[in-house]
Amino acid sequence: MTVYFIQTFIYLLAAIIAVPLAKRFGLGSVLGYLIAGVVIGPMIGLVGDETVTIQHFAEFGVVMMLFLVGLELEPKMLWQMRSRLLGLGGLQVGLTAAAVTGIAILLGQTWTIALSIGLIFSLSSTAIVLQTFNEKGLAKTEGGRAAFSVLLFQDIAVIPMLALIPLLAIPELVEIAQTMATASEGHHEELSFVSGLAPWLYALVTISAVIAVIVGGHYLSRPLFRFVANSGLREIFTAAALMLVIGIAALMSLVGLSPALGTFLAGVALANSEFRHELESTVEPFKGLLLGLFFITVGAGINFGLLVSNALLVVGLTLGVMLIKALVLFGLAKTFRIQQSDKWLFTLSLAQAGEFGFVLLSFSTQNHVLPTDLSQLLSLVVALSMFLTPGLFILFDKVVMPKFELDENEREADDIDEQGTVIIAGVGRFGQIVNRLLMANGVKTVVLDHEVTQIDNLRRVNIKSYYGDATRSDLLHTAGIEQAKCLVIAIDDQIRAVDLVKHVKKHHAHVKVMARAFDRGHGYRLRQAGADTIISETYHSALELGGQVLRALDFHPFHAEQTKSTFLEIEASHRDVLFDTWVKITEDDKYGSKYSQLFMEIEETLGKRMQKDRSDRHSRTVRGWTPPPKDYSSKLSQEDS
Amino acid sequence: MQKVLILFAHPSQGRSEVNYPLFEASRHFEGVTVVDLYAEYPNFRIDIDKEQARLIEHDIIVFMFPLYWYSTPSILKEWQDLVFEHGFAYGKDGDQLKGKTFLAAVSTGGSEDAYQTDGYNHFTLRELLHPLEQTAVFTGMKYLPPFALFSARTAVEEDRVQCHIRDWHLVIQALQASCFDHTICDQTETINCVMPKIKSCLEGVCK
Repeated sequence: MTVYFIQTFIYLLAAIIAVPLAKRFGLGSVLGYLIAGVVIGPMIGLVGDETVTIQHFAEFGVVMMLFLVGLELEPKMLWQMRSRLLGLGGLQVGLTAAAVTGIAILLGQTWTIALSIGLIFSLSSTAIVLQTFNEKGLAKTEGGRAAFSVLLFQDIAVIPMLALIPLLAIPELVEIAQTMATASEGHHEELSFVSGLAPWLYALVTISAVIAVIVGGHYLSRPLFRFVANSGLREIFTAAALMLVIGIAALMSLVGLSPALGTFLAGVALANSEFRHELESTVEPFKGLLLGLFFITVGAGINFGLLVSNALLVVGLTLGVMLIKALVLFGLAKTFRIQQSDKWLFTLSLAQAGEFGFVLLSFSTQNHVLPTDLSQLLSLVVALSMFLTPGLFILFDKVVMPKFELDENEREADDIDEQGTVIIAGVGRFGQIVNRLLMANGVKTVVLDHEVTQIDNLRRVNIKSYYGDATRSDLLHTAGIEQAKCLVIAIDDQIRAVDLVKHVKKHHAHVKVMARAFDRGHGYRLRQAGADTIISETYHSALELGGQVLRALDFHPFHAEQTKSTFLEIEASHRDVLFDTWVKITEDDKYGSKYSQLFMEIEETLGKRMQKDRSDRHSRTVRGWTPPPKDYSSKLSQEDS
Repeated sequence: MQKVLILFAHPSQGRSEVNYPLFEASRHFEGVTVVDLYAEYPNFRIDIDKEQARLIEHDIIVFMFPLYWYSTPSILKEWQDLVFEHGFAYGKDGDQLKGKTFLAAVSTGGSEDAYQTDGYNHFTLRELLHPLEQTAVFTGMKYLPPFALFSARTAVEEDRVQCHIRDWHLVIQALQASCFDHTICDQTETINCVMPKIKSCLEGVCK
């Protein structure tokens, strides 16, 4: 037990030191994990052989990642992207794989090995590229969007690749493995449903399993999550999410299919569901940690002896691979008419091999497609190309951009067709009206609420809404707070509403926070927390009703309306002084009486002003329409004459 | 330099092809304050004190608007009803506007031919704006004929907007430099008719 604690501690320590440092130097978290692995493995030798065992466990992070990839893929969005996805993405993967395979064959590899190398190098690093795009604000550029569709296609293409690679197994390698397996005692047969079945039955079982995942993901998981969410216990929701992913992985393994495929399909089936964001934010940390662990083990497994003795070969291969990838990308950019700087962004950003390359490498080795020494060599190539990626982005920033900035600045700015999203936290009686107004004006909103029944009602009338606690920062992230323009806070819990304002103002200063206040005190707390706009939930409707009462008492409707406006204006003019006094009370109790005194003063002003309407000709309410004095006209004619 | 206040009234700015560009260009003129009345008072609750203070601070008052039923858009009428108070603009002690200059920058849908005694609008633009002219005179302001753009619905297609904006800038500069003899406009229908004189007076200033 002690050993496990120590090892876990070492892994975590290495990660928390290396990853933030790598991020600070613009290398991204994937490289941070790799460096952490290199340090604790080959460099100081703190960890050893157990990395291989851990790696098998950590590969489950990939399964989770594909679940998340699936969750992001709404079928409708996929359909809209189809031409880019298949055109750009398909051609990129196809052409790169073909080119690399061809060269590998020319270099003397057998075609099975060459093909798996081709597949491995056709992939780029989603993690590094998307993160860099976000950091540098390139995600919305033409080049950024094109790169995203390619990365998306690659992520999906991994699934058939995982299915294809075992078919490329080399008989000799399998034999060696089998003799070794029989030699070692205690080896147990893999648990499987299908090992002894007839081929037609096997096919039937497999197909039914896939259908079960899709249909179950779509129809059964929702009542399950609803049931769990209604309990209001967060950890049970987490347990349910993990159960779903692990359960599907288990089912897929039992019928001999890729667990990644199963969870991916389940993800797609849930992409439209109200639990999407909540699921994302629940699974995300597990996926992040497991993938991180996976990269650490890759780093720890890097064979430095191999690197030193083959330094030239590794560097040569890396540059060769990157050149091929860049050429293919450049050609595609030309064919698909990606212009100017975007063409270069597209070419340079995707020229590296990616984290899925590691996954496919270890998968190929396990399936006896690649011999271990070759796989270790290729590991080095993948890692080195990833290390070079930040350099390519710097090249883009320093060399490519200045060249194009001149031309592009002269062009007039494009009309922004995409309005900043509004996130509405809490969609009860209040948030609903806000949302309807925005939607009716074509504003894109993301609606969050932690009441499942509420979400159900909204979904019934076709309002897209998501289950989840908006006060959690990870959920805000999945709801797109980074791109949002406004956050509307209309949740019932007053304290959490204030905390949410603080959090968003601190971490996402660009977002305008517009909050619903429960009462005066809550309004002040929201204002103190930094909310930009605060509207009391009762104020305007109470005033409206008051106006109706005046009309019922035979006040002239126009006069009633003016009175209301005057009321609003007097209130507004005292808002700051009341707030300042309230702040002082919270610091020091002795101001308590001052506040009530101030409040009384406002009431008095209000009364005086309204009274004046009737007697004083220069009262505020009807001031503008006060007729001039009775004798004014004769006076004017006197002046004239 | 004389200070200019432009009160802009256009309730549908998204569809504006002449007035909005003119207003936006004016924003960058030196010594000019621009006010978008519909933006500042979306509920028509005009702040009388604020508006009167603005008037006192400026020397040249401009109403900028598209002609709606031979008059200003409603918010400008509301603005006049509220701001030109007895005791401020006229009557006892009401001399705060005395000596200022007033003009309107107007666009019309109809052609210049329509705004003639024998045209289908039967009156000239200056005649139709007599209420503004009399208000200005009554409150002691010097009235200038309107700076006008006729046939505004086709101005963009006929490439007249940029020229209109350039002329407007010259008018404003000439007014600010006070190089302008107001009597030259007394008999003209629009200020556009005296553009050559405005240009030559500005050249005089530059020399």
